[in-house]
Amino acid sequence: MIEATALTKRYRTTLAVDQLTFTVADGRVTGFLGPNGAGKSTTMRLIVGLDAASSGSVTVNGRSLRDRRFPLREVGALLEAKAIHPSRTARNHLRWLAQSNGISPGRVDAVLEQVGLTSVARKRAGTFSLGMSQRLGIAAALLGDPEVLLLDEPVNGLDPEGIQWVRRLLRSLASEGRTVFVSSHLMSEMALTADHLIVIGKGRLIADASVEEVIAQASANHVKVVSPQADALRSRVTAAGADVERDGEETLIVTGLECRDVGIIAAGAGITLYELSRQEASLEEAFMEMTRGSAEYVSDPDAAGSTA
Amino acid sequence: MSTAETMVVPAVRRDLPVPSPPRQFVAVLRAEWTKLWSVRSTIWSLLVTIVIIVGLGALFCAARVARANRLDPGDLHNFDPTGFSLNGIFLAQLAVGVLGVLVISSEYATGQIRATFGATPQRNVVLVAKVVVFMVVVFVVGLVACFAAFFIGQGILGGTTKFHHASIGDPGALRAVIGGAMYLSVLGALGIGLGTILRRTAGAIAALVGLLLILPILVNFLPSPWSTDISKFLPLQAGNNVFHTAKLSSTDLSLWVGFAVFCAYAVASLAVGAVLLVRRDA
Repeated sequence: MIEATALTKRYRTTLAVDQLTFTVADGRVTGFLGPNGAGKSTTMRLIVGLDAASSGSVTVNGRSLRDRRFPLREVGALLEAKAIHPSRTARNHLRWLAQSNGISPGRVDAVLEQVGLTSVARKRAGTFSLGMSQRLGIAAALLGDPEVLLLDEPVNGLDPEGIQWVRRLLRSLASEGRTVFVSSHLMSEMALTADHLIVIGKGRLIADASVEEVIAQASANHVKVVSPQADALRSRVTAAGADVERDGEETLIVTGLECRDVGIIAAGAGITLYELSRQEASLEEAFMEMTRGSAEYVSDPDAAGSTA
Repeated sequence: MSTAETMVVPAVRRDLPVPSPPRQFVAVLRAEWTKLWSVRSTIWSLLVTIVIIVGLGALFCAARVARANRLDPGDLHNFDPTGFSLNGIFLAQLAVGVLGVLVISSEYATGQIRATFGATPQRNVVLVAKVVVFMVVVFVVGLVACFAAFFIGQGILGGTTKFHHASIGDPGALRAVIGGAMYLSVLGALGIGLGTILRRTAGAIAALVGLLLILPILVNFLPSPWSTDISKFLPLQAGNNVFHTAKLSSTDLSLWVGFAVFCAYAVASLAVGAVLLVRRDA
Protein backbone atom coordinates (compact mmCIF):
# COMPACT_ATOMS: atom_id res chain seq x y z
CA MET A 1 0.00 0.00 0.00
CA ILE A 2 1.28 3.42 -0.99
CA GLU A 3 -0.17 6.53 0.61
CA ALA A 4 0.60 10.05 -0.55
CA THR A 5 -0.64 12.95 1.55
CA ALA A 6 -0.54 16.49 0.14
CA LEU A 7 2.68 15.44 -1.55
CA THR A 8 4.41 18.45 -3.08
CA LYS A 9 7.70 18.81 -4.92
CA ARG A 10 8.95 22.20 -5.98
CA TYR A 11 12.04 22.61 -8.12
CA ARG A 12 13.50 26.09 -8.29
CA THR A 13 10.82 27.67 -10.44
CA THR A 14 8.42 24.85 -11.24
CA LEU A 15 5.90 23.03 -9.14
CA ALA A 16 6.36 19.45 -10.35
CA VAL A 17 3.99 17.79 -7.91
CA ASP A 18 1.23 19.83 -6.34
CA GLN A 19 -0.63 18.65 -3.23
CA LEU A 20 -1.11 15.07 -4.44
CA THR A 21 -3.16 12.86 -2.16
CA PHE A 22 -3.91 9.29 -3.20
CA THR A 23 -3.74 5.70 -2.05
CA VAL A 24 -2.50 2.77 -4.07
CA ALA A 25 -4.12 -0.37 -2.74
CA ASP A 26 -2.68 -3.87 -2.85
CA GLY A 27 -4.04 -6.75 -4.87
CA ARG A 28 -4.67 -4.75 -7.99
CA VAL A 29 -2.87 -2.94 -10.80
CA THR A 30 -3.10 0.81 -10.40
CA GLY A 31 -2.37 2.83 -13.49
CA PHE A 32 -0.70 6.21 -13.09
CA LEU A 33 -1.65 8.33 -16.04
CA GLY A 34 -0.73 11.76 -17.18
CA PRO A 35 0.68 13.60 -20.16
CA ASN A 36 4.44 13.96 -20.50
CA GLY A 37 5.75 16.34 -17.87
CA ALA A 38 2.72 15.82 -15.60
CA GLY A 39 4.91 14.80 -12.67
CA LYS A 40 4.59 11.01 -12.85
CA SER A 41 8.30 10.27 -12.70
CA THR A 42 8.85 12.87 -9.98
CA THR A 43 6.09 11.28 -7.92
CA MET A 44 7.72 7.87 -8.37
CA ARG A 45 11.10 9.27 -7.28
CA LEU A 46 9.44 10.77 -4.22
CA ILE A 47 7.88 7.40 -3.36
CA VAL A 48 11.22 5.59 -3.45
CA GLY A 49 12.90 8.44 -1.60
CA LEU A 50 15.36 9.52 -4.29
CA ASP A 51 13.95 13.03 -4.12
CA ALA A 52 12.86 14.68 -0.91
CA ALA A 53 9.35 16.11 -0.82
CA SER A 54 9.09 19.90 -0.44
CA SER A 55 6.05 19.32 1.75
CA GLY A 56 3.57 16.57 2.44
CA SER A 57 4.59 12.94 2.71
CA VAL A 58 4.46 9.58 1.05
CA THR A 59 4.68 6.23 2.78
CA VAL A 60 4.92 2.64 1.65
CA ASN A 61 3.23 0.21 4.03
CA GLY A 62 3.08 3.00 6.57
CA ARG A 63 6.70 4.11 6.59
CA SER A 64 8.92 6.31 4.49
CA LEU A 65 11.19 4.32 2.23
CA ARG A 66 14.14 6.38 3.40
CA ASP A 67 13.99 4.56 6.74
CA ARG A 68 14.50 1.11 5.24
CA ARG A 69 17.89 -0.56 5.22
CA PHE A 70 16.98 -3.28 2.72
CA PRO A 71 14.21 -1.53 0.74
CA LEU A 72 14.46 -3.81 -2.30
CA ARG A 73 12.84 -6.59 -0.28
CA GLU A 74 9.74 -4.46 0.13
CA VAL A 75 9.64 -2.22 -2.92
CA GLY A 76 10.90 -2.97 -6.39
CA ALA A 77 11.13 -0.06 -8.78
CA LEU A 78 11.83 0.41 -12.46
CA LEU A 79 12.49 4.11 -12.90
CA GLU A 80 14.83 4.43 -15.87
CA ALA A 81 15.72 1.36 -17.85
CA LYS A 82 18.90 2.82 -19.29
CA ALA A 83 20.34 3.90 -15.95
CA ILE A 84 22.85 1.06 -15.81
CA HIS A 85 26.62 1.21 -16.13
CA PRO A 86 27.14 0.18 -19.77
CA SER A 87 30.24 -1.92 -19.21
CA ARG A 88 28.72 -4.06 -16.48
CA THR A 89 27.00 -7.32 -17.45
CA ALA A 90 23.31 -7.83 -16.75
CA ARG A 91 24.16 -10.54 -14.23
CA ASN A 92 26.73 -8.42 -12.39
CA HIS A 93 24.27 -5.53 -12.23
CA LEU A 94 21.73 -7.77 -10.51
CA ARG A 95 24.45 -9.34 -8.33
CA TRP A 96 25.48 -6.09 -6.68
CA LEU A 97 21.86 -5.07 -6.23
CA ALA A 98 21.14 -8.40 -4.51
CA GLN A 99 24.24 -8.13 -2.31
CA SER A 100 23.39 -4.61 -1.21
CA ASN A 101 20.10 -5.82 0.22
CA GLY A 102 21.14 -9.23 1.51
CA ILE A 103 19.11 -11.01 -1.17
CA SER A 104 20.18 -14.58 -1.93
CA PRO A 105 22.32 -14.91 -5.07
CA GLY A 106 19.89 -17.53 -6.37
CA ARG A 107 17.35 -14.78 -7.00
CA VAL A 108 19.63 -13.25 -9.65
CA ASP A 109 19.36 -16.24 -11.96
CA ALA A 110 15.70 -16.69 -11.09
CA VAL A 111 14.70 -13.19 -12.19
CA LEU A 112 16.91 -13.35 -15.28
CA GLU A 113 15.01 -16.49 -16.24
CA GLN A 114 11.68 -14.84 -15.42
CA VAL A 115 12.29 -11.90 -17.77
CA GLY A 116 13.87 -14.04 -20.47
CA LEU A 117 17.42 -12.66 -20.31
CA THR A 118 19.26 -15.82 -19.27
CA SER A 119 20.99 -16.16 -22.63
CA VAL A 120 22.41 -12.62 -22.49
CA ALA A 121 23.12 -12.56 -18.74
CA ARG A 122 26.86 -12.23 -19.35
CA LYS A 123 26.58 -9.55 -22.01
CA ARG A 124 27.38 -5.97 -21.13
CA ALA A 125 24.31 -3.83 -20.50
CA GLY A 126 25.61 -1.17 -22.89
CA THR A 127 24.94 -3.53 -25.80
CA PHE A 128 21.28 -3.99 -24.85
CA SER A 129 18.36 -2.64 -26.87
CA LEU A 130 15.80 -0.49 -25.06
CA GLY A 131 13.50 -3.50 -24.85
CA MET A 132 16.20 -5.67 -23.26
CA SER A 133 17.08 -2.86 -20.84
CA GLN A 134 13.42 -2.66 -19.84
CA ARG A 135 13.44 -6.38 -19.13
CA LEU A 136 16.61 -6.00 -17.06
CA GLY A 137 15.01 -3.11 -15.18
CA ILE A 138 11.95 -5.27 -14.48
CA ALA A 139 14.25 -8.08 -13.31
CA ALA A 140 15.90 -5.64 -10.90
CA ALA A 141 12.49 -4.59 -9.59
CA LEU A 142 11.49 -8.23 -9.00
CA LEU A 143 14.82 -9.16 -7.40
CA GLY A 144 13.80 -8.78 -3.77
CA ASP A 145 10.42 -10.48 -4.30
CA PRO A 146 8.85 -7.22 -3.11
CA GLU A 147 5.32 -6.63 -1.97
CA VAL A 148 5.16 -3.29 -3.76
CA LEU A 149 6.18 -2.70 -7.38
CA LEU A 150 6.64 0.67 -9.03
CA LEU A 151 7.16 0.69 -12.76
CA ASP A 152 7.66 3.87 -14.74
CA GLU A 153 6.59 3.35 -18.36
CA PRO A 154 7.59 -0.34 -18.41
CA VAL A 155 6.34 -1.07 -21.93
CA ASN A 156 8.46 1.66 -23.51
CA GLY A 157 10.55 0.12 -26.25
CA LEU A 158 9.03 -3.33 -25.96
CA ASP A 159 7.75 -5.23 -28.99
CA PRO A 160 4.09 -6.38 -29.05
CA GLU A 161 5.03 -9.73 -27.58
CA GLY A 162 6.93 -7.97 -24.80
CA ILE A 163 4.00 -5.65 -24.10
CA GLN A 164 1.69 -8.65 -23.72
CA TRP A 165 4.21 -10.25 -21.42
CA VAL A 166 4.37 -7.16 -19.18
CA ARG A 167 0.55 -7.02 -19.01
CA ARG A 168 0.34 -10.66 -17.94
CA LEU A 169 3.17 -10.19 -15.47
CA LEU A 170 1.57 -7.16 -13.82
CA ARG A 171 -1.77 -8.91 -13.54
CA SER A 172 -0.25 -12.03 -12.01
CA LEU A 173 1.79 -9.96 -9.53
CA ALA A 174 -1.37 -8.15 -8.47
CA SER A 175 -3.29 -11.40 -8.19
CA GLU A 176 -0.68 -12.57 -5.69
CA GLY A 177 -1.76 -9.67 -3.52
CA ARG A 178 1.03 -7.25 -4.37
CA THR A 179 0.68 -3.53 -4.87
CA VAL A 180 1.40 -2.74 -8.50
CA PHE A 181 1.74 0.90 -9.48
CA VAL A 182 2.52 1.45 -13.13
CA SER A 183 2.78 4.73 -15.00
CA SER A 184 2.01 5.42 -18.61
CA HIS A 185 1.09 8.30 -20.84
CA LEU A 186 -1.06 5.96 -22.93
CA MET A 187 -4.66 5.62 -21.78
CA SER A 188 -5.28 2.70 -24.14
CA GLU A 189 -2.42 0.74 -22.59
CA MET A 190 -3.72 1.36 -19.09
CA ALA A 191 -7.28 0.40 -20.06
CA LEU A 192 -5.94 -3.07 -20.88
CA THR A 193 -3.72 -3.49 -17.83
CA ALA A 194 -5.03 -1.54 -14.88
CA ASP A 195 -7.93 -2.04 -12.49
CA HIS A 196 -7.74 1.42 -11.04
CA LEU A 197 -6.50 4.71 -12.41
CA ILE A 198 -4.87 7.73 -10.89
CA VAL A 199 -4.73 10.54 -13.42
CA ILE A 200 -2.59 13.63 -12.91
CA GLY A 201 -1.84 16.71 -14.94
CA LYS A 202 0.61 19.50 -14.14
CA GLY A 203 1.32 17.78 -10.86
CA ARG A 204 -2.30 17.86 -9.70
CA LEU A 205 -4.72 15.02 -9.17
CA ILE A 206 -7.33 14.90 -11.93
CA ALA A 207 -9.00 11.56 -11.30
CA ASP A 208 -8.74 8.68 -8.86
CA ALA A 209 -11.28 6.08 -9.95
CA SER A 210 -11.74 2.56 -11.27
CA VAL A 211 -11.19 2.00 -14.96
CA GLU A 212 -14.92 1.34 -15.33
CA GLU A 213 -15.77 4.70 -13.84
CA VAL A 214 -13.29 6.49 -16.03
CA ILE A 215 -14.74 4.72 -19.07
CA ALA A 216 -18.25 5.67 -17.99
CA GLN A 217 -17.14 9.24 -17.52
CA ALA A 218 -15.39 9.11 -20.85
CA SER A 219 -18.53 7.89 -22.55
CA ALA A 220 -20.55 10.79 -21.15
CA ASN A 221 -21.59 10.73 -24.73
CA HIS A 222 -22.69 13.52 -26.91
CA VAL A 223 -25.42 13.79 -29.48
CA LYS A 224 -24.57 15.50 -32.72
CA VAL A 225 -27.40 17.37 -34.41
CA VAL A 226 -27.18 19.09 -37.75
CA SER A 227 -30.04 21.42 -38.55
CA PRO A 228 -30.63 24.56 -40.66
CA GLN A 229 -32.54 25.96 -37.65
CA ALA A 230 -29.72 25.41 -35.19
CA ASP A 231 -30.48 28.50 -33.14
CA ALA A 232 -34.12 27.60 -32.59
CA LEU A 233 -33.17 24.04 -31.67
CA ARG A 234 -30.47 25.24 -29.36
CA SER A 235 -32.79 27.31 -27.19
CA ARG A 236 -35.26 24.45 -26.90
CA VAL A 237 -32.66 21.82 -26.07
CA THR A 238 -31.07 24.13 -23.51
CA ALA A 239 -34.50 24.67 -21.96
CA ALA A 240 -34.76 20.88 -21.61
CA GLY A 241 -31.68 20.95 -19.41
CA ALA A 242 -28.93 19.88 -21.80
CA ASP A 243 -25.54 21.46 -22.42
CA VAL A 244 -25.13 22.62 -25.97
CA GLU A 245 -22.04 23.53 -27.85
CA ARG A 246 -22.05 25.12 -31.26
CA ASP A 247 -19.80 23.43 -33.77
CA GLY A 248 -20.02 25.36 -37.02
CA GLU A 249 -22.99 27.02 -38.72
CA GLU A 250 -25.52 24.18 -38.51
CA THR A 251 -24.06 21.71 -36.04
CA LEU A 252 -24.78 21.38 -32.33
CA ILE A 253 -23.13 19.05 -29.86
CA VAL A 254 -25.63 18.17 -27.13
CA THR A 255 -24.64 16.66 -23.82
CA GLY A 256 -27.15 15.38 -21.30
CA LEU A 257 -29.87 14.21 -23.66
CA GLU A 258 -30.27 11.06 -25.73
CA CYS A 259 -30.93 11.04 -29.47
CA ARG A 260 -34.58 10.23 -28.97
CA ASP A 261 -35.08 13.21 -26.64
CA VAL A 262 -33.51 15.57 -29.15
CA GLY A 263 -35.61 14.01 -31.92
CA ILE A 264 -38.83 14.49 -29.96
CA ILE A 265 -37.99 18.11 -29.16
CA ALA A 266 -37.16 18.84 -32.82
CA ALA A 267 -40.32 17.17 -34.09
CA GLY A 268 -42.44 19.03 -31.53
CA ALA A 269 -41.07 22.34 -32.74
CA GLY A 270 -41.19 21.40 -36.39
CA ILE A 271 -37.46 21.78 -36.78
CA THR A 272 -35.79 20.09 -39.73
CA LEU A 273 -32.89 17.78 -38.94
CA TYR A 274 -30.20 16.72 -41.41
CA GLU A 275 -28.38 14.52 -38.97
CA LEU A 276 -28.96 13.16 -35.49
CA SER A 277 -26.28 10.81 -34.17
CA ARG A 278 -24.71 9.52 -31.00
CA GLN A 279 -21.00 10.32 -30.58
CA GLU A 280 -18.94 7.92 -28.48
CA ALA A 281 -15.78 9.38 -27.06
CA SER A 282 -12.81 7.02 -27.10
CA LEU A 283 -10.77 6.48 -23.96
CA GLU A 284 -7.99 8.40 -25.57
CA GLU A 285 -10.29 11.36 -26.16
CA ALA A 286 -11.56 11.16 -22.61
CA PHE A 287 -8.01 11.28 -21.39
CA MET A 288 -7.23 14.23 -23.64
CA GLU A 289 -10.34 15.92 -22.35
CA MET A 290 -9.45 15.26 -18.73
CA THR A 291 -5.91 16.45 -19.03
CA ARG A 292 -6.58 19.36 -21.36
CA GLY A 293 -5.08 22.51 -19.99
CA SER A 294 -2.76 20.47 -17.84
CA ALA A 295 -0.50 19.17 -20.57
CA GLU A 296 2.99 20.58 -20.19
CA TYR A 297 3.82 20.53 -23.87
CA VAL A 298 0.90 21.27 -26.14
CA SER A 299 1.34 21.12 -29.88
CA ASP A 300 -0.48 23.81 -31.77
CA PRO A 301 -1.92 22.44 -35.00
CA ASP A 302 -2.18 25.95 -36.47
CA ALA A 303 1.44 26.76 -35.78
CA ALA A 304 2.63 23.91 -37.98
CA GLY A 305 0.70 25.31 -40.94
CA SER A 306 1.63 28.93 -40.47
CA THR A 307 5.36 28.33 -40.50
CA ALA A 308 5.20 26.50 -43.84
CA MET B 1 -11.28 -7.17 -9.94
CA SER B 2 -11.96 -9.34 -6.98
CA THR B 3 -15.29 -9.33 -5.22
CA ALA B 4 -15.62 -9.55 -1.46
CA GLU B 5 -15.85 -13.36 -1.60
CA THR B 6 -12.80 -13.89 -3.73
CA MET B 7 -10.70 -11.16 -2.14
CA VAL B 8 -7.10 -12.22 -2.54
CA VAL B 9 -5.13 -12.63 0.60
CA PRO B 10 -1.83 -10.84 0.06
CA ALA B 11 0.44 -13.83 -0.27
CA VAL B 12 3.55 -11.71 0.03
CA ARG B 13 2.60 -9.59 3.03
CA ARG B 14 5.19 -10.32 5.67
CA ASP B 15 7.00 -8.65 8.44
CA LEU B 16 10.62 -8.50 7.49
CA PRO B 17 13.21 -8.35 10.20
CA VAL B 18 14.99 -5.01 10.26
CA PRO B 19 18.67 -5.60 9.52
CA SER B 20 21.20 -4.19 11.95
CA PRO B 21 23.44 -1.34 10.75
CA PRO B 22 26.55 -3.60 10.69
CA ARG B 23 24.68 -6.19 8.62
CA GLN B 24 23.68 -3.48 6.16
CA PHE B 25 27.23 -2.15 6.02
CA VAL B 26 28.66 -5.58 5.20
CA ALA B 27 26.00 -6.01 2.50
CA VAL B 28 26.84 -2.63 0.95
CA LEU B 29 30.58 -3.38 1.15
CA ARG B 30 30.04 -6.57 -0.83
CA ALA B 31 27.92 -4.71 -3.37
CA GLU B 32 30.58 -2.03 -3.82
CA TRP B 33 33.26 -4.71 -4.17
CA THR B 34 31.23 -6.33 -6.96
CA LYS B 35 30.64 -2.97 -8.60
CA LEU B 36 34.32 -2.05 -8.55
CA TRP B 37 35.49 -5.28 -10.16
CA SER B 38 32.71 -5.63 -12.71
CA VAL B 39 33.79 -2.70 -14.88
CA ARG B 40 36.84 -2.80 -17.09
CA SER B 41 38.23 0.61 -16.17
CA THR B 42 39.15 -0.69 -12.70
CA ILE B 43 41.42 -3.45 -13.91
CA TRP B 44 42.99 -1.24 -16.56
CA SER B 45 43.63 1.67 -14.22
CA LEU B 46 45.16 -0.54 -11.57
CA LEU B 47 47.37 -2.31 -14.12
CA VAL B 48 48.50 1.07 -15.44
CA THR B 49 49.26 2.12 -11.86
CA ILE B 50 51.50 -0.91 -11.31
CA VAL B 51 53.23 -0.57 -14.67
CA ILE B 52 53.96 3.13 -14.10
CA ILE B 53 55.29 2.70 -10.56
CA VAL B 54 57.48 -0.30 -11.37
CA GLY B 55 58.42 0.64 -14.93
CA LEU B 56 59.10 4.32 -14.37
CA GLY B 57 61.00 3.57 -11.15
CA ALA B 58 63.23 1.12 -13.01
CA LEU B 59 63.72 3.58 -15.86
CA PHE B 60 64.73 6.42 -13.51
CA CYS B 61 67.19 4.15 -11.71
CA ALA B 62 68.70 2.86 -14.95
CA ALA B 63 69.08 6.42 -16.25
CA ARG B 64 70.83 7.51 -13.07
CA VAL B 65 73.22 4.60 -13.19
CA ALA B 66 73.99 5.48 -16.80
CA ARG B 67 74.77 9.09 -15.76
CA ALA B 68 76.69 8.02 -12.66
CA ASN B 69 80.03 9.43 -13.84
CA ARG B 70 78.63 12.85 -14.66
CA LEU B 71 76.84 13.50 -11.34
CA ASP B 72 78.37 16.18 -9.14
CA PRO B 73 79.26 15.33 -5.54
CA GLY B 74 76.41 17.40 -4.10
CA ASP B 75 73.89 15.27 -5.93
CA LEU B 76 75.54 12.14 -4.64
CA HIS B 77 75.51 13.36 -1.06
CA ASN B 78 71.78 14.08 -0.78
CA PHE B 79 70.71 11.04 -2.77
CA ASP B 80 67.66 9.15 -1.41
CA PRO B 81 67.75 5.80 -3.25
CA THR B 82 64.47 4.58 -1.68
CA GLY B 83 62.47 7.65 -2.66
CA PHE B 84 64.15 7.66 -6.05
CA SER B 85 62.99 4.15 -6.90
CA LEU B 86 59.42 5.14 -5.93
CA ASN B 87 59.31 8.22 -8.17
CA GLY B 88 56.74 6.57 -10.44
CA ILE B 89 54.14 7.42 -7.80
CA PHE B 90 54.16 11.04 -9.00
CA LEU B 91 52.64 9.95 -12.30
CA ALA B 92 50.71 6.90 -11.05
CA GLN B 93 48.80 9.05 -8.58
CA LEU B 94 46.83 10.46 -11.51
CA ALA B 95 45.60 7.00 -12.54
CA VAL B 96 44.56 6.26 -8.96
CA GLY B 97 42.92 9.66 -8.46
CA VAL B 98 40.98 9.40 -11.71
CA LEU B 99 39.78 5.92 -10.82
CA GLY B 100 38.70 7.26 -7.43
CA VAL B 101 36.71 10.01 -9.13
CA LEU B 102 35.10 7.43 -11.44
CA VAL B 103 34.04 5.25 -8.51
CA ILE B 104 31.23 7.73 -7.92
CA SER B 105 31.09 10.07 -10.93
CA SER B 106 30.47 7.19 -13.36
CA GLU B 107 27.36 6.34 -11.35
CA TYR B 108 26.09 9.87 -11.81
CA ALA B 109 27.00 9.85 -15.51
CA THR B 110 25.09 6.64 -16.21
CA GLY B 111 22.20 7.36 -13.85
CA GLN B 112 23.02 4.24 -11.89
CA ILE B 113 23.35 6.31 -8.73
CA ARG B 114 19.54 6.20 -8.52
CA ALA B 115 19.63 2.41 -8.41
CA THR B 116 22.34 2.62 -5.76
CA PHE B 117 20.47 5.03 -3.50
CA GLY B 118 17.19 3.27 -4.21
CA ALA B 119 18.78 0.09 -2.84
CA THR B 120 20.48 1.89 0.06
CA PRO B 121 18.65 5.06 1.10
CA GLN B 122 21.33 5.72 3.77
CA ARG B 123 23.58 7.45 1.26
CA ASN B 124 26.51 7.96 3.56
CA VAL B 125 26.67 4.23 4.17
CA VAL B 126 27.24 3.89 0.43
CA LEU B 127 29.91 6.60 0.46
CA VAL B 128 31.78 5.03 3.38
CA ALA B 129 31.59 1.59 1.76
CA LYS B 130 32.96 2.96 -1.51
CA VAL B 131 35.84 4.63 0.33
CA VAL B 132 36.69 1.55 2.39
CA VAL B 133 36.61 -0.83 -0.59
CA PHE B 134 38.61 1.48 -2.82
CA MET B 135 41.22 2.39 -0.19
CA VAL B 136 41.85 -1.27 0.63
CA VAL B 137 42.16 -2.22 -3.06
CA VAL B 138 44.49 0.68 -3.83
CA PHE B 139 46.57 0.01 -0.72
CA VAL B 140 47.12 -3.63 -1.67
CA VAL B 141 47.86 -2.82 -5.32
CA GLY B 142 50.09 0.08 -4.24
CA LEU B 143 51.96 -2.13 -1.80
CA VAL B 144 52.69 -4.74 -4.46
CA ALA B 145 53.81 -2.06 -6.91
CA CYS B 146 55.97 -0.17 -4.39
CA PHE B 147 57.74 -3.28 -3.11
CA ALA B 148 58.41 -4.37 -6.68
CA ALA B 149 59.64 -0.89 -7.63
CA PHE B 150 61.89 -0.76 -4.56
CA PHE B 151 63.57 -4.11 -5.09
CA ILE B 152 63.91 -3.76 -8.86
CA GLY B 153 65.12 -0.17 -8.47
CA GLN B 154 67.70 -1.02 -5.81
CA GLY B 155 68.88 -3.94 -7.92
CA ILE B 156 69.55 -1.53 -10.77
CA LEU B 157 71.14 1.15 -8.54
CA GLY B 158 73.39 -1.57 -7.12
CA GLY B 159 74.95 -1.85 -10.58
CA THR B 160 77.34 1.04 -9.80
CA THR B 161 79.55 1.83 -6.86
CA LYS B 162 79.43 5.60 -7.55
CA PHE B 163 76.57 6.04 -5.08
CA HIS B 164 74.88 3.89 -2.52
CA HIS B 165 71.63 1.99 -2.83
CA ALA B 166 69.19 1.06 -0.09
CA SER B 167 68.15 -2.22 1.42
CA ILE B 168 64.73 -2.73 2.98
CA GLY B 169 66.28 -2.82 6.46
CA ASP B 170 67.72 0.70 6.13
CA PRO B 171 66.21 3.39 8.36
CA GLY B 172 62.93 4.59 6.86
CA ALA B 173 63.08 2.31 3.81
CA LEU B 174 60.27 -0.04 4.79
CA ARG B 175 58.20 2.92 6.02
CA ALA B 176 58.69 4.72 2.70
CA VAL B 177 57.62 1.69 0.66
CA ILE B 178 54.49 1.17 2.77
CA GLY B 179 54.07 4.96 2.80
CA GLY B 180 53.82 4.93 -0.99
CA ALA B 181 50.83 2.59 -0.78
CA MET B 182 49.30 4.73 1.98
CA TYR B 183 49.76 7.88 -0.07
CA LEU B 184 48.01 6.35 -3.08
CA SER B 185 45.21 4.96 -0.94
CA VAL B 186 44.46 8.35 0.65
CA LEU B 187 44.69 9.98 -2.76
CA GLY B 188 42.03 7.55 -4.01
CA ALA B 189 39.78 8.71 -1.16
CA LEU B 190 40.40 12.32 -2.19
CA GLY B 191 39.30 11.37 -5.73
CA ILE B 192 36.06 9.87 -4.38
CA GLY B 193 35.49 12.99 -2.29
CA LEU B 194 35.94 15.32 -5.26
CA GLY B 195 33.78 13.04 -7.44
CA THR B 196 31.03 13.16 -4.80
CA ILE B 197 31.12 16.94 -4.56
CA LEU B 198 31.30 17.69 -8.27
CA ARG B 199 29.43 14.61 -9.64
CA ARG B 200 30.90 15.20 -13.12
CA THR B 201 33.92 13.16 -14.14
CA ALA B 202 35.65 15.90 -16.12
CA GLY B 203 35.16 18.56 -13.46
CA ALA B 204 36.37 16.33 -10.65
CA ILE B 205 39.46 15.23 -12.57
CA ALA B 206 40.24 18.86 -13.36
CA ALA B 207 39.88 19.73 -9.68
CA LEU B 208 42.15 16.85 -8.71
CA VAL B 209 44.87 17.76 -11.21
CA GLY B 210 44.55 21.40 -10.26
CA LEU B 211 44.94 20.64 -6.56
CA LEU B 212 47.87 18.28 -7.01
CA LEU B 213 49.84 19.77 -9.89
CA ILE B 214 48.62 23.20 -10.97
CA LEU B 215 48.19 24.87 -7.59
CA PRO B 216 51.85 24.32 -6.55
CA ILE B 217 52.98 26.07 -9.75
CA LEU B 218 50.69 29.03 -9.12
CA VAL B 219 51.75 29.32 -5.48
CA ASN B 220 55.37 29.38 -6.65
CA PHE B 221 54.71 32.72 -8.29
CA LEU B 222 53.81 34.32 -4.95
CA PRO B 223 56.41 36.48 -3.18
CA SER B 224 59.09 34.50 -1.39
CA PRO B 225 57.99 33.93 2.24
CA TRP B 226 54.39 33.36 1.21
CA SER B 227 55.12 30.79 -1.47
CA THR B 228 57.02 28.47 0.88
CA ASP B 229 54.58 29.03 3.75
CA ILE B 230 51.60 28.12 1.60
CA SER B 231 53.07 25.44 -0.60
CA LYS B 232 54.12 23.20 2.28
CA PHE B 233 50.41 22.84 3.07
CA LEU B 234 49.42 21.83 -0.47
CA PRO B 235 48.46 18.14 -0.74
CA LEU B 236 51.31 16.84 -2.87
CA GLN B 237 54.06 18.63 -0.97
CA ALA B 238 52.53 17.76 2.40
CA GLY B 239 52.00 14.12 1.53
CA ASN B 240 54.93 13.04 -0.60
CA ASN B 241 57.58 12.88 2.16
CA VAL B 242 55.88 9.72 3.40
CA PHE B 243 57.40 7.76 0.51
CA HIS B 244 60.87 9.25 0.89
CA THR B 245 63.54 8.66 3.50
CA ALA B 246 64.82 12.23 3.44
CA LYS B 247 62.90 15.50 3.36
CA LEU B 248 62.41 16.68 -0.22
CA SER B 249 62.67 20.31 0.80
CA SER B 250 63.97 21.81 4.02
CA THR B 251 60.84 23.97 4.30
CA ASP B 252 58.48 20.97 4.21
CA LEU B 253 56.35 19.99 7.18
CA SER B 254 57.69 17.09 9.20
CA LEU B 255 56.79 13.70 7.78
CA TRP B 256 53.74 12.68 9.82
CA VAL B 257 52.41 16.21 10.22
CA GLY B 258 52.58 16.55 6.45
CA PHE B 259 50.84 13.23 5.93
CA ALA B 260 48.13 14.25 8.39
CA VAL B 261 47.59 17.45 6.36
CA PHE B 262 47.38 15.33 3.22
CA CYS B 263 44.78 13.07 4.88
CA ALA B 264 42.87 16.17 5.98
CA TYR B 265 42.30 17.08 2.33
CA ALA B 266 40.70 13.69 1.70
CA VAL B 267 38.63 13.84 4.90
CA ALA B 268 37.46 17.37 4.13
CA SER B 269 36.44 16.50 0.58
CA LEU B 270 34.53 13.45 1.81
CA ALA B 271 32.84 15.41 4.58
CA VAL B 272 31.65 18.08 2.16
CA GLY B 273 30.61 15.35 -0.27
CA ALA B 274 28.66 13.53 2.46
CA VAL B 275 26.73 16.64 3.41
CA LEU B 276 25.86 17.39 -0.22
CA LEU B 277 24.97 13.77 -0.88
CA VAL B 278 22.23 13.79 1.72
CA ARG B 279 21.01 17.26 0.90
CA ARG B 280 20.74 16.87 -2.87
CA ASP B 281 18.17 14.90 -4.82
CA ALA B 282 19.72 11.91 -6.56
